Amino acid sequence: MPNRISIVENIFSKNDQIANKNRLILEDAGVFAINLMASPGAGKTSVIENTVMEMAGRYKIAVIDGDIATSIDADRAVAAGATAIQINTGGECHLDANMLHQELSNLNLSDLDLLIVENVGNLICPASFQLGTHKNILIASIPEGDDKPYKYPGMYSGVDALIINKLDLLPYVPFDMDYFVRGVEILNPGLKTFPMSCVTKDGFNDWLTWLNEQIK
Amino acid sequence: MHELSVTESLLDIALKHARNAKAAHITDIYLVIGQLASVIDDSVQFYWDIISKDTIAEGAELHFKRLQTEFVCKECKNQYQPVENDFSCPSCASSNIEILTGREFYVESIEIKI
Repeated sequence: MPNRISIVENIFSKNDQIANKNRLILEDAGVFAINLMASPGAGKTSVIENTVMEMAGRYKIAVIDGDIATSIDADRAVAAGATAIQINTGGECHLDANMLHQELSNLNLSDLDLLIVENVGNLICPASFQLGTHKNILIASIPEGDDKPYKYPGMYSGVDALIINKLDLLPYVPFDMDYFVRGVEILNPGLKTFPMSCVTKDGFNDWLTWLNEQIK
Repeated sequence: MHELSVTESLLDIALKHARNAKAAHITDIYLVIGQLASVIDDSVQFYWDIISKDTIAEGAELHFKRLQTEFVCKECKNQYQPVENDFSCPSCASSNIEILTGREFYVESIEIKI
């Protein structure tokens, strides 16, 4: 005979459980971890490169890089002074907690202060998969357009900080900052925001100062 | 597009609860998906037909309940569905908004035969 069983279980609960495990592993080792998400070409690798160059003297940094096929991004992180691990996702559109979990065992965590996870360039899928990092950070960029919060509310509403990169291109691109910020503010009230340029370094220090405060 | 891993989680959840209930077969699965959850029904169905094969969930019908995105204005308490290029409150233009629904993505229930 048919029976109806009430469940109400989140589809992502298994991923979230592994994410919690990752968080405990990181905390036990005293490692502060961030998950950087963005669309392709927003400047994730440039932000990482500049951040590592500025902070490598003070902290031991590792970068875990999610990429579909190449090691270009990881190579840049190493050149800047970090330990880097490349995860080639083989076409998968996001990193999940289990992928990070496997990579954590390949790092000497006791020798690390900061772990930067560079997610796959994508504004949709990574938003659904918690990794267990302490902060989820989104990098937007001026050339993407001012409508992105409205198009990707799932991503914009779920992050702990927002970098607005390529600020140096603002004079050349139609981008209504008020419209953009209004969308962000509705989805994520009071979100910590860092307008910056990796080329001119405008605003970059505010990001570094904030990150330093988080690590301590 | 992460519907494969999502569908695998769905199968895991359904099988776990069916086993606990000592079910011989799962006939129906009821899912709730918010509009903000970025999941495509047809794609889940496609993977479902493949991965549920040779399990007690094979042939189970997937029911998708879609929840519209609903915002509530914290100023005037107006409840509304936002238009796609403007999220502010249509009655008082406030940007002081709370997201009520839209992010859900869960298995609500299953129907089994014992």
